Amino acid sequence: MNLAPRTLVLLALLVFLAVVPAMAAAFNQPFYLDLFRRIMIFAIAALSLNLILGYGGLVSFGHAAYLGIGAYAVGVLNYYGIDNGFLQWGIAIGASALAALVIGAVSIRTSGIAFIMITLAFTQMLYYLGTSIAEYGGDDGMRLTRLSQFDGLIDLANPSAFYYLVLGLLCLFLWLGHRLVNSRFGLVIRASKSNEARIRAIGISPYPYRLAAFVIAGAVCGLAGALLVNHTAYMTPEFMNWTRSGELMFIVILGGIATTSGPVLGAFVLLLLEDMLSGSGFLPRWVNDHWQFYLGIFLILVVLYARRGLAGLLRGGKDG
Amino acid sequence: MVLFLEQILNGLQLGVMLFLMAAGLTLVFGIMNLVNLAHGALYMVGAYLATYFFQATGSFALGVVLGLAGTLAVGVVTELVALRTLYERDHLDQVLATFGLILFFNELIAMIWGRATIFSSLPAYLQGHVELLPGLRYPLYRLLIICVGLSVAGLLWYIVARTRLGMLIRAGASNRTMVAALGINIRLLYTLVFGFGAALAGLAGIMAGPIFAVQPGMGEQILIQVFVVIVIGGLGSIRGALAGAVIVGVVDTMGRAFLKPTLSTIWGPVIADTAGPALASMLIYLLMAIVLALRPEGLFPSRA
Repeated sequence: MNLAPRTLVLLALLVFLAVVPAMAAAFNQPFYLDLFRRIMIFAIAALSLNLILGYGGLVSFGHAAYLGIGAYAVGVLNYYGIDNGFLQWGIAIGASALAALVIGAVSIRTSGIAFIMITLAFTQMLYYLGTSIAEYGGDDGMRLTRLSQFDGLIDLANPSAFYYLVLGLLCLFLWLGHRLVNSRFGLVIRASKSNEARIRAIGISPYPYRLAAFVIAGAVCGLAGALLVNHTAYMTPEFMNWTRSGELMFIVILGGIATTSGPVLGAFVLLLLEDMLSGSGFLPRWVNDHWQFYLGIFLILVVLYARRGLAGLLRGGKDG
Repeated sequence: MVLFLEQILNGLQLGVMLFLMAAGLTLVFGIMNLVNLAHGALYMVGAYLATYFFQATGSFALGVVLGLAGTLAVGVVTELVALRTLYERDHLDQVLATFGLILFFNELIAMIWGRATIFSSLPAYLQGHVELLPGLRYPLYRLLIICVGLSVAGLLWYIVARTRLGMLIRAGASNRTMVAALGINIRLLYTLVFGFGAALAGLAGIMAGPIFAVQPGMGEQILIQVFVVIVIGGLGSIRGALAGAVIVGVVDTMGRAFLKPTLSTIWGPVIADTAGPALASMLIYLLMAIVLALRPEGLFPSRA
């Protein structure tokens, strides 16, 4: 078997992720289990964004909305005493898909900069909705009294069981995403990005395909939101903050747009960098206090000088 | 009735501030094809600089002038250092790089002035009320904001429609290669337009200082409303920016003032307490969705 360097790096990363719980236990550093679980959840969210942003060319600046909807679905059901995980996560996925359908139906009618602004504005609307519902904690959000329950199947309160569930889902979505992008559906999505006039000329309207991709991406990100709220055991409107949407976009670009491995690489590098900058003891206090200042400069430099992202440094397979 | 008129004026006052922001943003987009998320950061810079210079010199007028000049300078430097290379890039790169600029500016301000909210005051001669109608007393300063905003709108129309500079700006928007071929220094023109847009954002920030909270991140709250304004009005159109800004300003203010009492009379106070504020904060986004569903180009699409 002859694997491209990019695929090898992705496989190496996944193998590394698989041994993290053993290493964290050996060095008695449970913090790393937490950190890498968070990285994987963001990788899932970013790979859903990559489907529409990278392959579809739809620059959605509101992807955090679905993270928030997924989290709120779990949190609100929990608030009313419903803690069945299948029901919670199913509603998280369904509600995100529905929201993506509505938002997508309006915003995909436009393109370019208008699309960016509209997706951002809709997410901000949901954010303000979250902050203004006092019943569910308003600005402060609320604590999950109980994690999602999967009777006997898996116990999320067990850190490494939850960790491996997230890893399994990440692998599943990497594989599904790869299949989707290389299917006929994915071909239409990619073709509409590179030349919309031609795809219309051969008799295909991009709109339903784009909308379908938008809904799929929203649903997957909604599941990431359900994972995230169980990860933090806390639900807050901050999940939908517009800076979160920016962060997800940055993960996709940093890792390498329209590549399978990009979102994983990007999530790895960005979240580790954020962790280092914001205070894990490696850097002095004056850096930690204003870490976003340095992150901002890093972001600008990446966009100006490293446009193809980390995956762009490695040679990919025929389809990235 | 008096309350209603007062809220209309409040809406108009928010509207003209949104217009000052939207005009700069839409001008920069229309001419340089640049999406500048950091436009809100310039608004924040204006508010901080004016507050700082007012407190340092003791003169409000001097604070305004120095704040305006400072924001213009910050805008020009930002254009020269970071944004100039982005004109030819796609919107995704522009969004991310200017997102980076937001983080940069917010933290820079926090480094210099701290994260706590700064309160700016008004000089005594701007603090009073004016009796517009019997029983309707309106704060002088807010009235001044409305007048300044409307004058700037008039001035902007005059510059763009009637002067040589405006002609160059319009020509640059429709065909930049041709303008450059005719011997116009297009890069200088771009820097000028960007600086001008920055100064308008700075002016909005300066005027906002005494009535809103001056704090890091203040620019992003208004920026997203400005996006709604631009989408409703039509991208790249100054007329659209003015119409959109007044609509959004009035709808948002009226929604916050009257939605809860209205709902309360229909469904009772319990539902109104929850639904009122939630619906009021979503109102302008719903309005945007309706406008887009009917007219995806916005109300006044630019002809260029």
